[in-house]
Amino acid sequence: MLSIKNLHASIDGTPILRGINLEVKAGEVHAIMGPNGSGKSTLASVLAGREEYEVTDGEVTFKGKNLLDLAPEDRAREGVFLAFQYPVEIPGVSSTNFLRTAVNQVREYRGQEPLDAVKFLTLMKEKMKLVEIDQKLLSRSLNEGFSGGEKKRNEIFQMAMLEPSLSILDETDSGLDIDALRIVSNGVNQLKSDQNATIVVTHYQRLLDYIVPDYVHVLYKGRIVKSGTKELALELEEKGYDWIKEEVDSAATV
Amino acid sequence: MSKDNSILEELTSKEYEHGWSVNYEADEAPIGLNEGIIRWISAKKEEPEWLLEWRLKAFRTWLTMKEPEWANVHYPKIDLQALRYYSAPKQVKKTKNLDEVDPELIAIYERLGISLNEQKRLQGIAVDAVLDSVSVATTFRDTLGKLGIVFCSFSEAVKEHPDLIKKYLGSVVPMTDNYYAALNSAVFSDGSFCYIPKGVRCPMELSTYFRINAANTGQFERTLIVADDESYVSYLEGCTAPQRDENQLHAAVVEIYAGAHAEVKYSTVQNWFPGDKEGKGGIFNFVTKRGICAGDHSKISWTQVETGSAVTWKYPSCILKGDYSIGEFYSVAVTNNYQQADTGTKMIHIGKNTKSRIVSKGISAGKSQNSYRGQVQVMKRADNARNFSQCDSLLMGDRCGAHTFPYIDINNSSAKVEHEATTSKIGEDQIFYCNQRGIATEDAVALIVNGYAKEVLNQLPMEFAVEAQKLLALTLEGSVG
Repeated sequence: MLSIKNLHASIDGTPILRGINLEVKAGEVHAIMGPNGSGKSTLASVLAGREEYEVTDGEVTFKGKNLLDLAPEDRAREGVFLAFQYPVEIPGVSSTNFLRTAVNQVREYRGQEPLDAVKFLTLMKEKMKLVEIDQKLLSRSLNEGFSGGEKKRNEIFQMAMLEPSLSILDETDSGLDIDALRIVSNGVNQLKSDQNATIVVTHYQRLLDYIVPDYVHVLYKGRIVKSGTKELALELEEKGYDWIKEEVDSAATV
Repeated sequence: MSKDNSILEELTSKEYEHGWSVNYEADEAPIGLNEGIIRWISAKKEEPEWLLEWRLKAFRTWLTMKEPEWANVHYPKIDLQALRYYSAPKQVKKTKNLDEVDPELIAIYERLGISLNEQKRLQGIAVDAVLDSVSVATTFRDTLGKLGIVFCSFSEAVKEHPDLIKKYLGSVVPMTDNYYAALNSAVFSDGSFCYIPKGVRCPMELSTYFRINAANTGQFERTLIVADDESYVSYLEGCTAPQRDENQLHAAVVEIYAGAHAEVKYSTVQNWFPGDKEGKGGIFNFVTKRGICAGDHSKISWTQVETGSAVTWKYPSCILKGDYSIGEFYSVAVTNNYQQADTGTKMIHIGKNTKSRIVSKGISAGKSQNSYRGQVQVMKRADNARNFSQCDSLLMGDRCGAHTFPYIDINNSSAKVEHEATTSKIGEDQIFYCNQRGIATEDAVALIVNGYAKEVLNQLPMEFAVEAQKLLALTLEGSVG
């Protein structure tokens, strides 16, 4: 589904990603871990098409298409979803109105009829259960005055509504208490199928107790320096990142 | 930053939708401005002597007045002697019967999306259609007449309700109030009049649709709304003009009188031709609008959505004379390309326990300049006056300007006056967030701007609100990436 080859990206001339290689197949869950500043969020942003980042080398194919050629909205319409680490507030625009615009633009791109108000609300009701989100929250201005947990739940709710084939969760666990973490993870797990794939970007192992990854990759200084299964995450939890840093840094000096 | 600019340049803005014009055989005054022209207009309208005298008095005072220069707008001096002050389609008959109105004139309004056919009406809106210098038709006069409501062109009102006109004309905006109001008082050609009798709630929205068609012609019309005690009316105003290379002047006067316990809502969607992308052409919209809450517990509410005009100079105001009277001003002013707007309100608290509320939302894009200018004045006797003002500015791109000029003048220590102001930029983050959900950039901007202006748009009557939302999106099309 997603194939990243030798991806280099920089911001304001400073290289952040220095040759990422990653293959993600349908039905898989990949966790990207790493210390602060290793480039995890940059990877998520570059895949979603944030324009501050300049791709300087490498290629990314998504479902056979050159992802880097597509505008951010077209990447979304093709099925790439980014759950934001810091969801953005849009005053005066209700979540419902926002999502209806989004869902119908995605449908139009895919050659489907737009959903009328009734069908849209029915779909919303169904998906609301997944993340135990309250209707009242959805009639309020998007993310404005939402608690940290409400924002993240709303992200997963949007993901449920848009039915992406590749979901990228950027530090979705940050700022969540244990109950919210459980609810959000449940939502993600229920949306998993053999047709879609998930990339979980996280600093802590905690989230991976709930969303169990098939593969774990450690990002350091803009490269994937170690890959493994979920046991790797447990090892990191126990030993921290320093042993990997040392391994990489000493290899570099030799 | 650089990204903003490249996107700004990438996109071209959409053409003005109502930029067309038609040819009609016109009954015109000669070009120029002098007492002779004023006599010509007055004679053309078969006016009584007192009204001619009133016009001449306004004109003579106007000659001694200077064009105001305090507004934050810059434009070439208008040669008032090069303008024509009266132009009317010859087909306009002195008829009250809608069936006899020339189909060509009806077609002009159909093309603007305004139906003058009473049978076709979808919403309860009565329309007075003003084309250049005259009213061509007024709908639902009979229906309204049964309730004692008078709704007609100003010219007819002069003939049929001279007492009301004599009593209220110039009572809220004195003929010599300011340079443009005085000019209007001298040369005004037509407009709308409405009178709601005591205790009557007007069952439909009343509206005036102003259309400029002729070239080199100024439009000077007056609207006078009188709401007697315990009455209610909601009034709408719409305006469009053809796309021309030269600037055209529109200097109107609107006066509202509200008696005790009466309520008047006045909503405007102003979409005069704004000039092209290089700032060529466009309407100079220099308008005086004022209402008086004359009786206790009366209320006047102004709502305006300003998207058009090359230069706007306009301050719909409320004189809160009656005790417990309420004045409101809700405004969204959008400027794009080279447009300039200096708009706001005045709330003058005279009565006790009077309240006013000001919500102004400016949106500037392109190379435009957008100013809010507002005054809150509390007089000595106005015990317990309350005012709340909120002035927000939204900037799109980095070549436009937003300015706020609030004036506060308090002469009574029991007054409570609050002023809040914010300035923000449409965030790249907001647009990216929308993009990431599959929403195209243009639609994202429309969504964000409509959300920002929601508090004001909510004040508009339903069918108008939808129009206004579309218009906002259209005006800003191509203004940000």
